[in-house]
Amino acid sequence: MKDLSLHILDIVQNSIRAKAKLIGIEITELPKENHLIITITDDGTGMDPEQLRLAIDPFYTSRTTRKVGLGLSLFKQNAEMTGGSFNIESELGKGTKVTAVFGLNHVDRPVMGDLVGTLILLICSSDEIDYVFKHQTPSGKFGFDTREFKQTLENVPLNHPEVRSFLKEMLQENLEQIQITE
Amino acid sequence: MNKIKSLADLKKLQSEVQSKIKLRENGDNPENLIQIKVSMATCGIASGAKDTMNYLIEELDQQGIDAIVTQTGCMGYCYAEPTIELTVPGQPPVVYGFVNKTKALEIIEKHIKLNEMVDGIIPVAYSTIDNH
Repeated sequence: MKDLSLHILDIVQNSIRAKAKLIGIEITELPKENHLIITITDDGTGMDPEQLRLAIDPFYTSRTTRKVGLGLSLFKQNAEMTGGSFNIESELGKGTKVTAVFGLNHVDRPVMGDLVGTLILLICSSDEIDYVFKHQTPSGKFGFDTREFKQTLENVPLNHPEVRSFLKEMLQENLEQIQITE
Repeated sequence: MNKIKSLADLKKLQSEVQSKIKLRENGDNPENLIQIKVSMATCGIASGAKDTMNYLIEELDQQGIDAIVTQTGCMGYCYAEPTIELTVPGQPPVVYGFVNKTKALEIIEKHIKLNEMVDGIIPVAYSTIDNH
């Protein structure tokens, strides 16, 4: 993966496949501690302890179309490479929580990349799944809940071209405002 | 400094867009629309599926072609990512491999607009050695 936003897109795909209806994406920047924390939570099917143990094994996947499952292992490796840590918790029937801590100023930390593009792609491509996003930096915090968007939009779909470009600008402006790290 | 967009602005947009939507909906039936599924698993994402999907959405919007672009999981053609599955109404689905922006444009221009298939189709009969 070239950047962190692609990792987020990738890990969220796991939640989508686990039939999650509500997915949380949380990014916290703590320059004093030199931490960048990414947390992804979902209310999907979850995993039993055996699956959970195997989840970070690159040669384990629940898919039948191929025999490797690199998403979580790559995310873990990238986090640990920057002096950070990785944790995954899951409970069958409840959901899964993935936390990766990156060294914020570490030379090997991948850039954030096109976070707005990733978020727009996710929120505009499924009507059934809702997202709660939070991003915190020392300059402030920004967050949204797609359930609020849907309530405001009533019968106008989230993937309408005009809504899409509006949301893109809205996210861009708000993330600039809190000066998210590159 | 410009005011940052908020939910209140979204509400304004909602009322503007609503009237246009009613006009569109009359002629639309999802089954009569072109459907594109972009394979968006680790293999796809690492090969640029996100850019391909964004490009498809924007280009189809700009050209005014009504299509449904969605994400799907790994189709098993990891070597040929980014892959897309294109379904033109009334025809069987076709899977294209190595779909970068150039290929995506070629598919729109030829397959979607003129109904001429282009190079890069992964044959349906293709299967891995493990399946035998």
